Amino acid sequence: MLYQFKIAFRYLTSSLVQTGLLVLGVAVGVFVFVFMSALIGGLAVYLIDQTVGDISHVTVSAPEQVPAKLYSPSEGALIYTQSSTGRQTQLRNSAEVLATLRQLPGLVSASPEIVGNGFVRRGAVVNPVSIIGVEPANVSAIANVRSRLVSGTDSLPIGSVLIGKKLSEDLGIAVGQGLRVRSDRGVDLTLTVAGIFAFGLDALDERTAYVNLKTARGLFEIRHGITRIETRITSLWDAPAFARAAADATGLKAVAWTESNAQLLSGLDAQARSGTIIKAFALITIVIGVASALLLSTYRRRPEIGIMRAMGASRGFVVMVFVSQGALIGLGGGLLGAALGFAALSPFPPPDQITSGSLPIDVNQGGFGLAIALTLAGAIIASILPARAAAKVDPVTVISQ
Amino acid sequence: MTDGADILSVAGITKSYGSGDNAQRVLKGIDLTLQSGDLVALQGRSGSGKSTFLSILGTLMRPSSGTHTMLGADLLGISERDVTEFRNRHIGFVFQFHHLLPDFTALENVVFPAAVGVGRETAAARRRAGDLLARVGLSDRADYRATALSGGQKQRVAIARALMNTPELVLADEPTGNLDRESADRVMELLGEINREDGTTFLISTHDEKIADVCARQIHLDDGRMVRDAPNGIKG
Repeated sequence: MLYQFKIAFRYLTSSLVQTGLLVLGVAVGVFVFVFMSALIGGLAVYLIDQTVGDISHVTVSAPEQVPAKLYSPSEGALIYTQSSTGRQTQLRNSAEVLATLRQLPGLVSASPEIVGNGFVRRGAVVNPVSIIGVEPANVSAIANVRSRLVSGTDSLPIGSVLIGKKLSEDLGIAVGQGLRVRSDRGVDLTLTVAGIFAFGLDALDERTAYVNLKTARGLFEIRHGITRIETRITSLWDAPAFARAAADATGLKAVAWTESNAQLLSGLDAQARSGTIIKAFALITIVIGVASALLLSTYRRRPEIGIMRAMGASRGFVVMVFVSQGALIGLGGGLLGAALGFAALSPFPPPDQITSGSLPIDVNQGGFGLAIALTLAGAIIASILPARAAAKVDPVTVISQ
Repeated sequence: MTDGADILSVAGITKSYGSGDNAQRVLKGIDLTLQSGDLVALQGRSGSGKSTFLSILGTLMRPSSGTHTMLGADLLGISERDVTEFRNRHIGFVFQFHHLLPDFTALENVVFPAAVGVGRETAAARRRAGDLLARVGLSDRADYRATALSGGQKQRVAIARALMNTPELVLADEPTGNLDRESADRVMELLGEINREDGTTFLISTHDEKIADVCARQIHLDDGRMVRDAPNGIKG
């Protein structure tokens, strides 16, 4: 063992209570670091899961049709263009687009859909809804309707509809009963409620109705095309790249969830920055604690440092003794804090499985290795000032005292 | 090193603290040569400059002027790192208050100068430290912490530590000043024995005439000057 380490270890173990308290203080700082990492990371996972868990990662649709301009403004004409609002833009070659998308790496599922607005009515109660027409096999391809069913089934034969729990309560309707639906094209149909789901989001539970794709064709008078293709991919964070690749490959408009949820990402970013600041303060506390303790030790051991120098220990040797103490304290506190953090955080369920009111802790994002490494580095840095002070001790002065 | 060969030579050594009109001149031009195997007493009143002179000879302090050579090395012309290494190899110290490392055992204290030199405790060094402790009569205290030893025992451990690297010169500053008569006699007996058997040169600062009488050569400092340097028994 390096002799400086032996001396450092002996110094630390000579006053176990003092060293124990110091290591415990460092461990608490590391625990805060680990806890904040797991909480901020878990909160991000939870929020993204809650927000993005049941939406399309990348949505492909036809670009808006802009009327061609027949005159140039330079000719002195005032030109005003207005996009068509009469009909939705449609994808007429959805089979080819789907085939192209399926060749892109990372695609998990793709669901061709016809979407539009309408009203549902039962008796005197009329509610506006967003109607999503999907192929029966794709009912749970994007939002996992099957896992959110509270009654009925997710099979979606022609003439049936899946509605949210809140909408069913507003209408006072149950599975098997008829529901009158009127689309914004003015088409009226009476559909049978096949199932009732509950996502816990008003946008879905109160204002969304799933129908068979063929039923949607009738409601919105779309004979052949579709209005969009929703996709899910393997990694959420690859959505922008996947959207670019999809747009390049199909020549269509492809929008990633990150684009339509910029506020969420901004919020997560702010949250992460707050966590970083708290973690930085935890590290600063560790550095100050170690530095002050070692400075005190330097002062207390001045005669010993003097005698070491008299016996032929170089200034570098003395520096190493105190830096080694800092390293041992940092390593001990880092390991203890990380172990305490792991023990305390492990019982928490993963953020995507928590119940209401629980903390969304993700132990896998505790940053244990980083916490130990930063603490070790911080403790070593903290020990440099005391170590340099120790190396400057004049042996003649302290020996004669 | 052959007995009688010069091992240390200083000339015109001065030391001043402060500067200008406030300068305090502690040493005012001291010349000294030590031969291998010398046992020299350094005497003088408090404030005569004994401790400062020992610190300079031990390379713990640089003089304001003068020359300082030992074993052929110009100790004022080499780097601090080289001086530190030289001190570790060739000079041993015994202080009035022993200055052992309190968290280390007697054996570990003795090993210290050797371990500092090579960066680790070797088995050979531990064996030599054990032999030295046996020589000072403390074999049975090798594993005792320094704090568990009596004053006389601590000083004997300090002597063993000073001899660890087989130095040519041992500087002792009032080595018996903190001991009772019996312990003091035993320590001096030990220093004399080592001097005779190993030929190690000792320069011992002391107020104690009885201790000085054991030494073959006596040097007196007064007000920063050497006023006497003569073999024991010859009054200058």
